[in-house]
This record gives sequence, C-alpha cells and structure tokens, in this order.
Amino acid sequence: MALAMITVLALFVGLLVLLPILSVASSVFVPASDALDHVLSVVLVDVVANTVVMMIVVAIATAVIGTTTAWLVAMCRFPGRRLFSWLLLLPMAMPGFIIGYAYTDFLMFTGPVQTALRSTFGWSKSDYWFPDVHNVGGVSIMLSLVLYPYVYFIVRAAFLEQSTNAFEVARTLGHGTWSCFFRIALPLARPAIAAGVALALMETLADFGTVQYFGVHTFTTVIYRTWFGMSDKAAAGQLATMLLGFVAMLLLAERAARSRRRFHRAGRKEIPMQLVELRGARAALAMAACGLPVFFGFVLPVAILVNLHVAGGDDLFGGRFVGLAANSLALAVGAGVVVTAVAALVAYALRVARHPRERGLLRLSTLGYALPGTVVAVGILGPLGALDQVINGVAQSLMGAPVGLIVSGSVAALVFAYLVRFLAVATNTLEAGLEKIPVNLDHVARTLGCSPARVLTEVHVPLLWRSSLTALVLVFADVLKELPATLIVRPFNMETLAVRVYQLASDERLAQASTGALTIVALSLLPLIVLTRSMDQRSAS
Amino acid sequence: MERFVVGRRSFLAMSAGGMASVAMPNVVRAQEKVVNLYSARHYDTDEALYGDFAKATGIRINRIDGNPDALIERLKAEGSNSPCDVFISIDAGRIEAARAQGLLQAINSEAIVGAVPDNLRDPDGHWFGFSTRARVIMYHKDRVKPGDVASYEDLANPKWKGKVLTRSSTNIYSQSLTGSVLAAHGAEKTEAWCRGLVANFARAPKGGDTDQIRAVAAGEGDLAISNTYYLGKIIRTNKPEDKELIAKIGVIFPNQGDRGTHINISGGGLAAHAKNKENGIKFLEYLVTASAQRYFAAGNDEYPVVANVAAPASVAGFGTFKADKLNARVFARNNAEALKIMDRAGWK
Repeated sequence: MALAMITVLALFVGLLVLLPILSVASSVFVPASDALDHVLSVVLVDVVANTVVMMIVVAIATAVIGTTTAWLVAMCRFPGRRLFSWLLLLPMAMPGFIIGYAYTDFLMFTGPVQTALRSTFGWSKSDYWFPDVHNVGGVSIMLSLVLYPYVYFIVRAAFLEQSTNAFEVARTLGHGTWSCFFRIALPLARPAIAAGVALALMETLADFGTVQYFGVHTFTTVIYRTWFGMSDKAAAGQLATMLLGFVAMLLLAERAARSRRRFHRAGRKEIPMQLVELRGARAALAMAACGLPVFFGFVLPVAILVNLHVAGGDDLFGGRFVGLAANSLALAVGAGVVVTAVAALVAYALRVARHPRERGLLRLSTLGYALPGTVVAVGILGPLGALDQVINGVAQSLMGAPVGLIVSGSVAALVFAYLVRFLAVATNTLEAGLEKIPVNLDHVARTLGCSPARVLTEVHVPLLWRSSLTALVLVFADVLKELPATLIVRPFNMETLAVRVYQLASDERLAQASTGALTIVALSLLPLIVLTRSMDQRSAS
Repeated sequence: MERFVVGRRSFLAMSAGGMASVAMPNVVRAQEKVVNLYSARHYDTDEALYGDFAKATGIRINRIDGNPDALIERLKAEGSNSPCDVFISIDAGRIEAARAQGLLQAINSEAIVGAVPDNLRDPDGHWFGFSTRARVIMYHKDRVKPGDVASYEDLANPKWKGKVLTRSSTNIYSQSLTGSVLAAHGAEKTEAWCRGLVANFARAPKGGDTDQIRAVAAGEGDLAISNTYYLGKIIRTNKPEDKELIAKIGVIFPNQGDRGTHINISGGGLAAHAKNKENGIKFLEYLVTASAQRYFAAGNDEYPVVANVAAPASVAGFGTFKADKLNARVFARNNAEALKIMDRAGWK
C-alpha cells in the first residue's frame, strides 16, 4: 500500500504545482480575440523564426560545449583539469540579462572596443563593419554561454558513473579513446545530455530580460506585449499555452526517440576509470576547449562588471547588502531543499508509475520551467487569492471577522512559486540519476520483502545522494537569480539581491546594478565549488 | 535597518522549517500606524521620502515594488482581502488601467485638487500625477539645427533616413507616445507616421533611452526619442567621460506649435480595499507637499507638478515647454491599438 501512498502523494503535489499552469492554460476556453488574430497574422512568423533559431543554436551549442568539457574533465588528464572541473560551472551564476548588459556595454558603438578601434584608426561610423550582438544570433550565444553548465553538470555526473566494464570490453576489441567516446560514452550519456539540453531550452524559452534588451521578438516578448500592451490577458494565456504545447511535444519527441531503451548501469564500478593522458598539443587543445567557455561565460563578463562597479557602483553597497544577501541566501537554501525533496518524490513516482496517465500528469507538473517567470507568478497569484477568499469566508462564518491574507504574500507562497518554476530542474537531474539504477535492484529488494518506501530510503537514496546534491545546487543558483516571481509574490519589504539589480537595471543604471550582480555571482560560487569537490572525492574513493 | 530585521526574521523562520512562517509577514499589529504601498517606482531617493513621511507622521511604510502590470494582477487576485492601501505607477496608462478594473477608489482631497493641475489627475479623483517627464527629441548639435525638427511628425520625414534612434515598441513609453499621436491624427495617419519613422531608423530598436542618447553622441544616428530625465541624470552625475556627450546633445520639445510635447506622469491612488484609508490619504497628500516634490525633482530629475516648486537644474536647462494636455485616460485606451499599428509598421 506504500506504493499507492507514494504515487498518491506525488500526484497530489503534482496537481498542486499544476494549478498555476492550468490557471494559465484555462485561457483556451476564452474565444479568440482581435489581439490574438493580430498576433497570429502580423508578428507570428517573425516570432516563430526567432524562437526556432534560438532553440537550435542553444541546443547545439550547449550540447557540444557541455558534453565536450564534461568528457575532458571526467575522462582525461591534462594540466588544470581539477581547476576546470569547477571553473566550468561558474557561468551558471550569471543571470542571462546581466551577461547581455555586460557584453552590450563592452561591444556597443560607444563601448571600449569600438571606441578604441575608432580612435586608433581614425574611423567613423561608415568606415568599418563590426558584428552586432543585438540580434537573434547574439542572444543565442549569450544564453548558450550561461546555460551550457546545465549540460556539463549533468553529463559530467553521468560520465563519472559510467561503468568501466563497457570501456574495457571496447578497448579489448581494439577501439581507441575517441571511438570509445563516440560509440559507448556518448550513447550511454544520452539521457543526461537530453536532460541538460532540455533544461537549457526551457530556460531559453522562458527568458524575457535578455531578448527584450536585445530587441529580439520571441514568444515571451509577444506574450508580454499582448498582455500588458494590449491588456488582453486571455490572448496572452493562449499564446503561453501554445508555447507549453510546443515544449510538451518536444519533450515527448525526445522520449519517443529514446523509446524503450534503458540506460542502466551494468555491473558495479569498483575500479576507478583509467584517465586518458593528454600531452603536448592535445593537452593545450583540451585546456583551450575548457578555458574558452569559462573565459567568455564568466571571466570577461565579470571583468566588465567589476570595471563598471569601480566606475560607479551601488551607493547602498555595505550594511544594506548584508540584509539583501541574507534574504537571497535564505530563500535559495529553503527553496532548494523544498524543491529537491518534492522532485525526489516526483522522480520516484515517475519510476514506479504504471499508468501512462499518472506519468503524463507528473510530467506536466514540471512544465513551469518553460513559462516566462511573470506568467508563472501571475498564474500563482490567482489560486492563492482564491484560497485566501475561502479561508476568509470560513473565518467570517466561524469568528465573525475576516483574517486577511494568510497565504498570498507569504514566504511560503514565494517558495511555492519557486517550486512551480524550478521543479523541472531538480526532477530532470534526479531522473537522470534514477535511470542509471537498474530496476533489477528494486526487484531484488522487493523480493527480499522491502516496501517501496524502504526501497527508496535504503536503496535509492544512498545511490542518489549525488544527484540530489546536484539538484539542490542547481535550484539554489536558479533561485538566487530568479526575478519575476520574487518581485511579485514576495512579502512586504523583503528585498533580495536580484530585486536590487532589477531596480537599478530597469532604471538604466547599469554601472550601479553591477554591484548586486557581482554579489549574486559571488554567493553562487561557494556551493558550486563545494559540490564539485564532493563529487570529485566521491569519484576518487 | 528595518529591512535587515525582516530579512533575519524570515531567514530564521525558513531555516527552522519554513512552513511555520506562512502567516508571519502579513501580521500587522493593529496599534501600529502603517501604509501598505504597492509601487512601480523604485528610485533610491523615494526611500528618503518615505523616511521623512514616517518621521513627520509616525506612519510607517510597508512596500512592495515591481512591474506595474504584475502589481495590478496581484491586486486583482487578492481582491477584497488585499492589504494594499496605495498604488503607485510610473505611467499614466497603468494607473488608468488599475482604475478601469475597479482597483482604485475616488478620494476627495482639497490638498491634492488644489496642488495638481486638472490635466494631471483623474476627473473623478481616483488618481493624480505627482511628477512628470516629457518625451522629447534629442539631437546632435553638430549635425542637426534645432529648427530642422519641430515635431514628432517631422521624424518621419524621409530626409532623416538612417538617422533616427528609438527603443522597442514593447516599452510603455513608445506605446504611450504612439497612443498620443493616435489621439491627434487617427489610425490611418498614425500608421503612415510609424512606417515613415521605421524607414528612418538608424538601427533596429534596442536598449533603453540612455542607449539611444549615447548612440547619438557617438554618431550612430542624429536624433533620439527619449524621456527628459535620462539626459538629466547624465547631466546631474556629470562624470568626466560624459562631458563630451553633454556638450554635443541638444533637446527639442516637439509640437510647440500645436498640441504640445507628450508627457507622462508618475501617479498614484487609494486602493479600492484599503484597510488604512486615512493613513493612505495622508500619504497621497504628502506627495504633493513642497518637500516631497523636491525629492522627485532632485532625486530623479522629474518635473514637479505643483506650481511653487522649481524644476531641478539638470532638466531646467532644457527650457520651459508647452505640454500636450491629452488626458491619460485617452492614451491608456489607445495603447492596444497603438501597439498593433506599431507591429504592422514593423516597429520592433
């Protein structure tokens, strides 16, 4: 019966998380309006083209960068390998719109690079050509630079957990290192690569800050324009639902392509993997392959931000920032724990669910990650407000007086918002981990009389701790830089670093915003480093 | 300090298990005098203003700031339970949208009516403006003579091909400006104007107003559409690297010969379900006092709305001008239509 308990509990939580998404999707019952007609006939082609180009570029770029670097760091020995194993994660700490601001400042017509070119060569506007980052290609590169760590993170863990046996068999059969990579490691890591790329793509689809600043129309900007500019919430909801349908189809297609293949680990990994020794030009190439993403995704933008901070940072830097950082940290840790726990429940229920309908519902509940943050936030406000109405109705009849808002505007509401938004991050990570545990193990434990709950606590949890830690850190980093939901769901007077950055950036005070952005980056560093360290120790032992 | 205390409290509550803190932030002790503010403004100087108000009246301000549209959604979702007393936005269209959805209540305040000109407040008393900004044309003094461009309409003249810079039509300032042109000329002429303007763009719209000003100074275009306070801020902070920019950029107040320059307001009103109604009204009245008005002027380079407070030096140098008296209700209604026109004209 415990089986039923876990599934029922997961389904209940899944439904809860699905509520805001359903409240957005319910707009499909509203008849199509003029605004929707207008969007479909006037701007849709442009928007779909931009969105598709962005998705293709981000998918390829994150998969290539993430997988290559993960392979190099996990399987090869070259100078700086241990350093790179955590340096490669750093771009994750950089919010997309911040890296966009930084590169704009650096590369724009009035920025240091072009100004230097003009003054050195005496050029004016028409004398030279300079690449413009403010287009769909530029946005895709910016997003790829900060999103590839999702792939790297998950794929690296997958490589580390791959069995040596398969490689040894392959080597015996005369396959070289690269052949092993392409014919064994890569196919085996496919679920992990897919999970990482799916996260990167969902984050890309949800992005508003970067595309808006770069002037690139995507589904997100059109949803915003329809909703706020044309005051047509129903049409905006319908567009958001189309976006969700698109994402759902994509995820389904990927699952179908994988179909019935299983990716469990065969045999236990007792002998540590023999690292491939890289020397000379090969080592230099490996260092370049790992160094470039770190340089362009982290070092350069941070240097630009530091420069901006020095030129004119935040006036409030100092004591006030301690409070902001404390709020940010508390939320990120709290939400990280809650989201990871729920994700463990969902991932496990997905594993044991027999019925496709149960799986479908659980999968739907993770779609919040692909929705623009403001859309999710507003989707949450509705059900919370309704719940408060009910509570007040009851209070009125029992005590003769309303009690005011209980859930809306509480910290719990905010954590719930993060749950809706980031459940996919943690669930995908945990699922990728779970997939590698053979179902046989469950069966054996069950045959020995273990309840499913005990299978979870005594078999899976010890095997899953690494994935759980990974999920926790990913959610932590995401919450730290999350903005729209934090802005709109938070309690009175609760300011976070991301809120501070928004206040300054939305007022076009980029230099001052750099201080808060750098603090967010700094706060993300510690957990990222601790995590990689612990993963390394684990794989070495 | 106040903020830090709240932060630490929620920190402890969350580490203790989180869920126990559910109701905590909403508990407002009955005897404490407060105003709960939902604000789309987020300028640091506003905090000093709130502090002064608290000192003068003993009324503490609780605040959530954010995107005005999202705040409106939050107000709607909270309904009659909403703790919000005062709603503040930085665009007339959004305040009017809040009124149209029944989220504001009318107040009858002699202090406000006496201080704020008619065209800057709702005829029924639901909202009023407490500061204004003008959407002007900024030009490069070496390449444009002030007489060359006299109106928004002139920006669509083919002689400025490849010279005009503006931000995206996603931005509310672009929408409100087009909404005001729509009120003056009707849909057909406005679309023609938009097409002419788009044909003159120096580059695809991107960045904020400051980016357009800097691009003019650097020679990427000759004319930029911008709000006054963005240049005001550059002038006020007066950094050495901006000296050259400040010397090169001139300001034209468009349409002085006819309807006047398009202006927008920062404004506010009393929430429909305000629980601290008296305190809320006191706060709104405080916003039109001379000392509060000076904060808006000095801190954010906006024009005060009351007659006896001077514009800040940073924008006073642009000169005085005739403002478009179009009521905000009109361009708020025009927003959706304006955006569709901009879409059709290819104003990204």
